[in-house]
Amino acid sequence: MTIAEAPPSGPSPDWTDDTLPVDDGAEATPEFERAAERSKARRGFLIALPAYAYLVLFFAVPLLIVAVYSFGTRNRFGDTELSGWNLDAYRKLAEPLVRDIALRSLWLAILTTVICLVIAYPFAYFLATRTPTVRNVMLVFVMIPFWSNFLVRNFAWRVLLGTDGPASQLTEAVGLGPTRILFTSTAVVLGLVYGFLPFMILPLYAAIERIDLGLVEASRDLYASGWQTFRRVLLPLSMPGVIAGSILVFIPSLGAYVTPEILGGAKTTLLGSYIVTQFLTARNWPVGASLSFTLTIIMLFATILYFRKGGRTL
Amino acid sequence: MSESTARPRGGTKAFLSANAVLVYLFFYAPIILLVVFSFSDNRNVGTWGGLTFDWYRDFARNEPIQDAIWVSLRVAFVTTVVSVVLGTMAALALERFRFRGQRVFDALLYLPIIIPDVTMAVMMLLFFSQSIDIANDVFGTQWGKGLTTITLSHIAFCISFVSVVVRARLNGMDERLEEAALDLYATRWQTFRHVTLPLIAPGVAGGALLALTLSLDDVVITQFVAGPGSTTLPVYVFGLIRRGVTPLINAVSVVMLVVSIVLVLLSLVLQRRGGTEQSTAPSDDGAVGPRAAA
Amino acid sequence: MRKSTIGRTTRIAAIPLTLALVAGACGSDDDNGDGDGSGDGETAECAVDEVDGDLALFNWAEYIDPEQLQAFADEYGISATMDVYDSNEAMLPQIQAGNSGYSVIVPSDYMVSIMIAGEFIQPLNQDAIPNLANLSEEFQGLPYDPDNTYSVPYQAGTTGLAVDTAVVGTDFPRSWSIVFDPEFAGQFSGQISLLNDPRETLGAALKYLGYSLNTTSMDELNEARDLVASASGNLAAFNTDSADEFLTSGETAIAHGFSGDMFVQILETDEGTDRYVYFVPEEGGTRWIDNMAIPFDAPSPCTAHTFINWLMDGEQGAALANWNYYTTPNEAAKPFLDEDLLAFLDDPEVLAGGEESLELIEDTGDFEINFSDAFTEAKG
Repeated sequence: MTIAEAPPSGPSPDWTDDTLPVDDGAEATPEFERAAERSKARRGFLIALPAYAYLVLFFAVPLLIVAVYSFGTRNRFGDTELSGWNLDAYRKLAEPLVRDIALRSLWLAILTTVICLVIAYPFAYFLATRTPTVRNVMLVFVMIPFWSNFLVRNFAWRVLLGTDGPASQLTEAVGLGPTRILFTSTAVVLGLVYGFLPFMILPLYAAIERIDLGLVEASRDLYASGWQTFRRVLLPLSMPGVIAGSILVFIPSLGAYVTPEILGGAKTTLLGSYIVTQFLTARNWPVGASLSFTLTIIMLFATILYFRKGGRTL
Repeated sequence: MSESTARPRGGTKAFLSANAVLVYLFFYAPIILLVVFSFSDNRNVGTWGGLTFDWYRDFARNEPIQDAIWVSLRVAFVTTVVSVVLGTMAALALERFRFRGQRVFDALLYLPIIIPDVTMAVMMLLFFSQSIDIANDVFGTQWGKGLTTITLSHIAFCISFVSVVVRARLNGMDERLEEAALDLYATRWQTFRHVTLPLIAPGVAGGALLALTLSLDDVVITQFVAGPGSTTLPVYVFGLIRRGVTPLINAVSVVMLVVSIVLVLLSLVLQRRGGTEQSTAPSDDGAVGPRAAA
Repeated sequence: MRKSTIGRTTRIAAIPLTLALVAGACGSDDDNGDGDGSGDGETAECAVDEVDGDLALFNWAEYIDPEQLQAFADEYGISATMDVYDSNEAMLPQIQAGNSGYSVIVPSDYMVSIMIAGEFIQPLNQDAIPNLANLSEEFQGLPYDPDNTYSVPYQAGTTGLAVDTAVVGTDFPRSWSIVFDPEFAGQFSGQISLLNDPRETLGAALKYLGYSLNTTSMDELNEARDLVASASGNLAAFNTDSADEFLTSGETAIAHGFSGDMFVQILETDEGTDRYVYFVPEEGGTRWIDNMAIPFDAPSPCTAHTFINWLMDGEQGAALANWNYYTTPNEAAKPFLDEDLLAFLDDPEVLAGGEESLELIEDTGDFEINFSDAFTEAKG
């Protein structure tokens, strides 16, 4: 039994604004429509309110505090003087050093996202076309490795990719000779893809799974090839998942620093490491704050643009 | 659900299956290494030293690690529950309604995903230190940082991740089903509970899994907002790394993995046995109606 | 209309809240931290062996035997907990912000001077630390805290190079040149690791070039930067935490690292010191000293004093050193030290340039950000 029994008699239950008197045969007058809209909007706001209020208090306010710091100055002890507001911290961002770091990180993040997408999409589609039990089990087994500690996983890769490690033995067996993938940028990309793949799989799966696969069936029946079906039917319909997944992968990749340090040998500096360095090693909070802030605002705009392009509103 | 021509066949099936197998191998390669070397009698992970259970014995006797695990679990549980509820509500509000301030809310919801970890860590530290100071002055209490501050911080970023996943699910989903339910005299709550919720269940479940994982794994933010006695497992491991990664960490990870697997399998089994009326719906791609239980 | 009022109300309420918090942040930072209590130089009133609550210790990982800590707790009938941090700079913001909950912290030398300047640690009541008399001569009168007003040395060590003689042989110069000289280092390309620490690594380069590692000259720093940049081509990695493991697992053959770390790791291998050699190059290197200090708002200052005093006891100091294998500043502990440790510490070859070649790292104030920027540029 999934839906309530219809009441035997009485006025039709009113699913509009409680304060508006509604009787049987209420007509869809403009006032009625507007009142219904307003009440719906209010309900929406109320449903959003808990999360909204939480984020305002425990996110927006702290963020503002840090924004204030970005206008401060680092004194000789590494403390932040807030008395003389200035834009020095922002001016530092224009230096070539920061620009190089930003470009490098951007490239890495794009690469990681694309690779994740390419691997995750077929996987998510495969997952979505299994029977429900199999699907759930498979999904859970995707997540299980990620319930082990993130650092421990990175260290496991460090062993796997190291000198005389399993990866090297594999390449030897295949005839490519011993390799040490560790401490190269390949290792970093591998580590990042490994860490973020589930973030791409989950939204993709959720989006693909709700597509009426009868449409795919129809497309095949109408003699479209697999590729055409994918391009013309699947991909557009699953676009929200693609966008959500890309965002969930691209943005953290941009700020990643643990994996590049452990697997890349910290030989190149990325945005994440640079920000951490400013906050911690250099104790230069104004610059750490200004860079974080700038990065965040840029990413926010980029996300909004990406959404618009994907046909959704923000 | 198995519309037959939509299910891959032939070459496509081979490709997709191979891809799936490779993905699983990829996911589990480090896990296998983890398990294998947790039994290795050599301090260096990567050098096999003969079979031993010593590391597991060490773990059983190591109180700090056990305390840290317990802290992590408590934080993760509360975080998941709260962020799933708030995140799903946020997703529903954004996808099904139009209201003033929606755009700001939407942007605000994305910020925790966008912001670098260390920035969030620093800002939460500043925020909590100030707030605790003020609260202690006003209320005369002796509050400090600890489990509460960690949990509050975790929820702050998990809400966003949950909502993104649920929204991906909600977006474009046929609203007419809900309208139909309402037309058929269901109250709004009944519609939500019996129509909407089953349909978004995969998204909610996915979001919950994500929140759990994020909370269990977080290091930087937790490090900054933790207090004495509230070290979580990742923070503890992070501190240990200075002294060398030993198979003890492996043993700990394996134990946690086994526990997670057992718990999840248990819940799957319970779900099937309990046989709630919702168990049929999540697998559908939109149609509601009597179907054989999965 | 009601709905927009609700929205507005929430937003309006948020404004004074934000202002209050920001004002709080502004105010306290102009005073350089929340350290009002200790600003007037008063020390805690504590008797010897007095305890006023549990001990919350904030320390580096694996720097004290948990059993020793428990022994302290048992002796004084309190509970003792330890939390860890992995760098001074990760510890500082937490103490600085206040309400950290810790009573004893273990900052390094340069961090002590920073914390003194910011009033984040409180002056010690030396009457409550009679064992201070056990402090070795070479650890007295330290530049960052000459009279032990704020800190008591905990453990010390050096930073140098550890070499795998099975790969590099035994006939190499005891000099930084094995890392910085392209001819030599090129033979071991991909098998060298340097510390991922601007002060240490640039410091090594500065010493090799004959400058002080506390230089405030941009020219000297740039020279060091360029040297590190050209050396990085031969590196496997910049790594601080696992440099010792890479050496003994065969990933690297030359590792820049800390004395105690290296020593412990070397002893764990079968060949031990027969195969692996640790030394501080002749051009000089870093001597670092970690110290115990008490945060300005420590919940249990008397317990803290008692703990510090307890660790300065001969036997306890030895137990500490015998566990983490670093140099002890505790004269009374020396008779109780392990032989292995003593052999390592007293080995003249370890300090190729002699004691005089060592320098303590000092905070360079405004110049400090140049070090971290130079390091970032050197990495490329």
